[in-house]
Amino acid sequence: MDIFVQQLINGLVLGSVYALVALGYTMVYGILELINFAHGEVTMIGAMVALSVISALVGSGVELPGVVIALLGLLAAIPACMALGFTIERLAYRPLRNAPRLAPLITAIGVSIVLQNLAMLIWGRQYISFPPILPQGRHQLLGASITDVQIVILITSVVLMLGLTILVKRTRLGRAMRATAQSPQLAGLMGVNANTVISLTFVMGSALAAVAGVMVSAYYGLAHYYMGFLLGLKAFSAAVLGGIGNLAGAMLGGLLLGVIESLGAGYIGDFTGGFLGSNYQDVFAFFVLILVLVFRPSGLLGERVGERA
Amino acid sequence: MSLLFVENLAVSYGNIKAVRGVSLKVDEGERVCLIGANGAGKTTLLKAIVGMLPPAKGSVHFAGQSITHKPSFQIVRLGLAMVPEGRGIFSRLTVAENLAMGAYARRDDAAVRQETDAMYQRFERLGERRNQPAGQLSGGEQQMLAIGRALLSRPRLLLLDEPSMGLAPMMVEKIFDTLRDIAARGVSIFLVEQNARLALESCDRGYIMASGNITGAGTAATLIDDPAVQEAYFGA
Repeated sequence: MDIFVQQLINGLVLGSVYALVALGYTMVYGILELINFAHGEVTMIGAMVALSVISALVGSGVELPGVVIALLGLLAAIPACMALGFTIERLAYRPLRNAPRLAPLITAIGVSIVLQNLAMLIWGRQYISFPPILPQGRHQLLGASITDVQIVILITSVVLMLGLTILVKRTRLGRAMRATAQSPQLAGLMGVNANTVISLTFVMGSALAAVAGVMVSAYYGLAHYYMGFLLGLKAFSAAVLGGIGNLAGAMLGGLLLGVIESLGAGYIGDFTGGFLGSNYQDVFAFFVLILVLVFRPSGLLGERVGERA
Repeated sequence: MSLLFVENLAVSYGNIKAVRGVSLKVDEGERVCLIGANGAGKTTLLKAIVGMLPPAKGSVHFAGQSITHKPSFQIVRLGLAMVPEGRGIFSRLTVAENLAMGAYARRDDAAVRQETDAMYQRFERLGERRNQPAGQLSGGEQQMLAIGRALLSRPRLLLLDEPSMGLAPMMVEKIFDTLRDIAARGVSIFLVEQNARLALESCDRGYIMASGNITGAGTAATLIDDPAVQEAYFGA
């Protein structure tokens, strides 16, 4: 029972990070029907920028509380990622807006590789560790333990997801986004500048990715130029699991994927009599993705099936 | 000066010349229709006017300025609204959200709210279903929504592409009643219709289009009485 609760907590924390990244995939897909495979790399860049700032501040010996230093790192990462997301759309995707579907997809993979290599040149190939500046408190909860960092991740994610939902459902911009998603031409007839809406979509998704990147590196205590690949792939799986193009679906998919992965990692040893260990946890994400695609190609909350995949 | 002035406009899809040098105008306060058979290039012409298609040559002026190569979102902000073919409502947005999209470029929220309420009173069905997805409305209700949405941008000129298409006769009548009201309020109308008699009966002037060219023009009264027009476009 304790293990179950513990893995559930870990899974929800991990899942809320997946959800934030998944939102970026699903928002862009909703409007452009493009899988922005570079989105995982945006998350990685967010982590790297934040860690650079944090390490520099810690190294300079300024007298600031650890939480403030981490916050400053985050505040540097968010605009950096927003600018990156804006630039990627502008340079890599917009010129291909009317090209055959395969072209932007391949470009997305290209951008992803370019960003990985760029990060490797800037930050090197080694793992970068997150300085131990954050509170290390542990709290008991239903026979399991939850750390301060986990609590902050959960709360931040929930607040961001609520905020995004309100923005999309209740504001003028959100309405314009949904209208553009349905038909950019028609939205244009209403006076909506589709290019601006598309840019803002990338910028918003990238801001969420920045937060997710910082949180995941704080959680594991590490960042690496290749970390965006697996994280992005899992978040993309989460978006597909929930029904790509659907915001609630991305949130649900992210949380579910985190929980499934975490529970799977906790129990895989028991299931296989010790033959497979918890290092096989990554398998679960993709196992779930395959299952969902077989039985429900449009995802858990998805409406449109296949035709334009 | 004319409100809308189209000069020698040509539009092509690849090698196909859909519109071959069309000139026409709509004056302030005028109701003008464009009639013609299916495939004559009417919809293409409208799309080119509102910037949804790039013209190959020619020019379009609205309210004294060139809108020839402007994107749609800038053109509609000048006071030109379009009710597209097949209604073109946002089916996944609610009725209220569709109307709000019509007022997207406006900042006078209080007036928008007032006009929206007036719209709900005028079209009761829209008021009753304001929080439902617009895709659940009937065809006629969707057409009303599309017209109401266009009006919420407070246009000087309203373009309509086949508003009667696919609707029951009673609904068609209601739509044309509405158009007469709109015109009475001083909004100019440019109406594209296959139902030539109905269109001419509710307009001041008409143009006839065939194979991408304007083949006839005149006051509505002369066109209605023209035997050639009667034979070609009024059917049996």
